[in-house]
Amino acid sequence: MRRLIKNILVHILLVVLSLIWLFPLAWVIMISLRAEKGSYTTTFLPKHWTFKNYTRLFSETAVFDFPRWFGNTLIVALCSCILATFFIVSIAYVMSRLRFKSRKLLLNICLILGMFPGFMAMIAIYYILKGMGLTTGVLKLVSLILVYAGGAGILNFYVAKGFFDTIPKELDEAARIDGATKMQIFTKITIPLSKPIIVYTILTAFIGPWCDFIFSKVIIGTDAKYYTVAIGLWNMLQKENVYQFYTRFASGAVCISIPIAILYIFMQKYYTDGLTGAVKG
Amino acid sequence: MKRTNDADNLSFRAALVHGDSATKLSALVMGAGNFAHKQIGKGLLYLACEVCFILYMVLLGGGFLHGLVTLGTSTGGEVFNEETQVYEYTSGDNSMLFLLYGVITLFVIFFFLFAWADNLRSAYKSELLAKQGRHLNTFAEDVKSLFDQNIHKFLLSGPVISVFAFTIIPIFFMALVAFTNYDQKHQPPGSLFHWVGLKNFAALLSTSSGLGYAFWHVLGWTLIWAVFATFLNYFFGIILALVIDRKDTKLKSLWRFIFVLSIAVPQFVSLLIMRTMLQPEGSINILLKNLGLIDHALPFWTNATWARVTIIIVNLWVGIPFTMLQVTGILMNIPKELYEAAEMDGAGPVTIFFKITMPYILFVTTPYLITSFIGNINNFNVIYLLTGGAPASLAYNNGTAGKTDLLVTWLYKLSMDYQNYNYAAVISILVFILSATFSLVALKRSKVLDNEEAFQ
Repeated sequence: MRRLIKNILVHILLVVLSLIWLFPLAWVIMISLRAEKGSYTTTFLPKHWTFKNYTRLFSETAVFDFPRWFGNTLIVALCSCILATFFIVSIAYVMSRLRFKSRKLLLNICLILGMFPGFMAMIAIYYILKGMGLTTGVLKLVSLILVYAGGAGILNFYVAKGFFDTIPKELDEAARIDGATKMQIFTKITIPLSKPIIVYTILTAFIGPWCDFIFSKVIIGTDAKYYTVAIGLWNMLQKENVYQFYTRFASGAVCISIPIAILYIFMQKYYTDGLTGAVKG
Repeated sequence: MKRTNDADNLSFRAALVHGDSATKLSALVMGAGNFAHKQIGKGLLYLACEVCFILYMVLLGGGFLHGLVTLGTSTGGEVFNEETQVYEYTSGDNSMLFLLYGVITLFVIFFFLFAWADNLRSAYKSELLAKQGRHLNTFAEDVKSLFDQNIHKFLLSGPVISVFAFTIIPIFFMALVAFTNYDQKHQPPGSLFHWVGLKNFAALLSTSSGLGYAFWHVLGWTLIWAVFATFLNYFFGIILALVIDRKDTKLKSLWRFIFVLSIAVPQFVSLLIMRTMLQPEGSINILLKNLGLIDHALPFWTNATWARVTIIIVNLWVGIPFTMLQVTGILMNIPKELYEAAEMDGAGPVTIFFKITMPYILFVTTPYLITSFIGNINNFNVIYLLTGGAPASLAYNNGTAGKTDLLVTWLYKLSMDYQNYNYAAVISILVFILSATFSLVALKRSKVLDNEEAFQ
């Protein structure tokens, strides 16, 4: 009997918590379907419902060009994801499978570099890019790609390294005896065995630019043509725009959140697959 | 096999002391040692490297280094040209670029010294191998080895270059700015800035100036915030994970899915939503008013104490699912034998929880706890997107900082809104020292650095 009461209480608690956690998400969907303009209304529920916010988000592009921001972010995310995955998998492989003279030193340097506030480097990067003339026009997007792919993000190779660590050394040794070069071991043995963690790395690198706010804010600045989605949506909520664009912000947020959330949940799945190791016993 | 290992671990000092004349000549003419042993390709590469370096230093680098010392002398403006008898506008020196080029030149010198030492080692190695009558690699074999024995050099070259370009050089540049007066009043082009030594550090750390007052208060709030945000999230996240993981809890994956969903949505979206919901006329206040619970809007963002508490609570919404996710993974990995052994010894569920589950979670999550503490010290997103540091306080350096600003959001504002790069740089250095000391001490104690190969 006591156990039953306890179980009921636990489930009630979980339901209440779930409602709290789902409330903001449900709320933004509701706002995106609201017909009345403006950020603040006197009623909690909308008086009229409409899909217009979504259609206007994609058709009325004179002030806020959402399709273009979407394209910008997609290009940046794709390019930086390819570069970053290549970098991260390379470092992780080298640090995990190979033993060479300066290895420990490099690992310690990575550890220390990881402790710098990311955008201490970023603000400096902005001035360096400005000095090199990379902050005009489309070059902004190029520099954004380089910063995402080549910046502090590649210091997050520990997850992939931890995964490579679980691949038995005997596999490499057997291949060595058969005359394989280390490059062949890397491409023919390690990579095929590491599918979950490589997918995880690709997805993390791809999601990053969609969610990042600060790097693109600093590098893109006020040039609306090259906004990424995050900056654009943030701008819709600025004082001068919020009345006109509040409901459209909500529909934009929904449009971005659904695909990203799906990708994120996939990523989590590959992450847990990765945690259980490469060669299952 | 052992002898090749020796040949790989030669130091350039040994090469200078014990090498033959060709090896020693390599110290002056790079690649000489390789030429002497008919390794033409490699020798040419080293020689080309030296020629390029000398050309660079003579043509550009020397001037850049001089510029690094002076940071520019001419402020620009109108200069009278004697020949044409007119005033000409000159742009003057740009201290920022002087500093940047100077830093780049320092790194060029650093890389050259690296190549120079490598060249000596290579020459000495060839000499020793030739003496022992063993095979010397041809250029083609050297290139091939990049895909085999030396694959780490090949695979690391890209990442190392980009880490230098996008992390190390910028950090070094920013650190140097901390020792200049590169602030609002000294903006190049048109105005120069200079080296001022430790003056910025003194101004920021002093307890009497407005800047110092702001710094200590912002630092205090940063630490309070980091402690609360980290430990509350950690504590409640573990409880949530345990509650879901209980044997009798139904629909485990549904609950997990709901909480994961909230972190799957991009953080900037959920934070911006929270901000608008908690405005004085936002939906939470409307809802409470309609329900008749309150008469006046609650000052979630406008009152300093309210804002601080609200931020911590909103951050619980953001952070608890993260901890839950981590701990769920850990719970699945606790070796079953531990539980079986404990049950055999007659331990009850309470004993098992406090003697096995809890210590195991604490042990495995220590690195996570450290990283999330550091992450919270540097948690730009939550603060900037929720309040932007508001409410502002005039006492904080004339309102450049607000009551909920962390050091990182303050440094962002100082540099992007107020152009006080020097103070921003000093704050970055101090934040780095803060997080580095903390994490080094914690990592040392938890010994995660040592047993890296425990599972190989």
